[in-house]
Amino acid sequence: MTDAARTTFVYVTFIRTTPEKLWTALTSPDFTKQYWFGMHQESDWKAGASWKMVFPDGRVADAGEIVEVDPPRRLVLKWRNEFRPELKAEGYSRCTVEIEPVAAVVKLTITHVMDRAESKFIDAVSGGWPKILSNLKSLLETGEVVLKQTEHVG
Amino acid sequence: MSEDAVFRALADASRRQLLDRLHRRNGQTLGELCEGIDMTRQAVAKHLAILEEANLVATRRQGREKLHFLNPVPINEIAERWIGKFERPRLSALSELKRNLEGEDHD
Repeated sequence: MTDAARTTFVYVTFIRTTPEKLWTALTSPDFTKQYWFGMHQESDWKAGASWKMVFPDGRVADAGEIVEVDPPRRLVLKWRNEFRPELKAEGYSRCTVEIEPVAAVVKLTITHVMDRAESKFIDAVSGGWPKILSNLKSLLETGEVVLKQTEHVG
Repeated sequence: MSEDAVFRALADASRRQLLDRLHRRNGQTLGELCEGIDMTRQAVAKHLAILEEANLVATRRQGREKLHFLNPVPINEIAERWIGKFERPRLSALSELKRNLEGEDHD
């Protein structure tokens, strides 16, 4: 945020898993529901494809598109909020997901940027990301049975 | 990365002060973090390295600058350990549901 016209947050967690399993956890709707407060994503996960985050009742929470996709290493999404007018008005944010093996664990880095100072959108998501990442870590590290299943799916 | 490293890093008022500064304004360089602080540049750099080691601070390169960001994820994990009593059973319940739906044996 040295750049006054930009708000950036960076979230990092280390998870005992493999990049492939983490990628599946990040992109499969069944998995996402388990750590993202019941919400799931809809996308073909190809560059240029549309992307949506959907509430359990079917309403669209966020929408945007896939900017870059390089499984199981890197994903860049462009998205904006769709259900709170004051957040939607800020336009699209850019969210970069990086997966990097470090010794026996995997480092997951989420960088979320909005090209404006004091972004209300970034402020709104900043409360959610740590919880989502803690849930994801807990699910991947303790939910052994779930991991066995992803090997079949993925 | 370990929980001990997180607690050790947080057990120092100067390091908490640096986290407070990043909480007020995220993404600062070493130089910015040194402004108006009663610590040598060397001490600030050392504290930042300990915070980064504990994953409480994440860094990104932007051009020639290295920016420091407060990473609240380990603090959330500490909170969930003692506060979020209801989160874990919900996760295991969902795993159970998924297992049942996908027809996995229980043993």
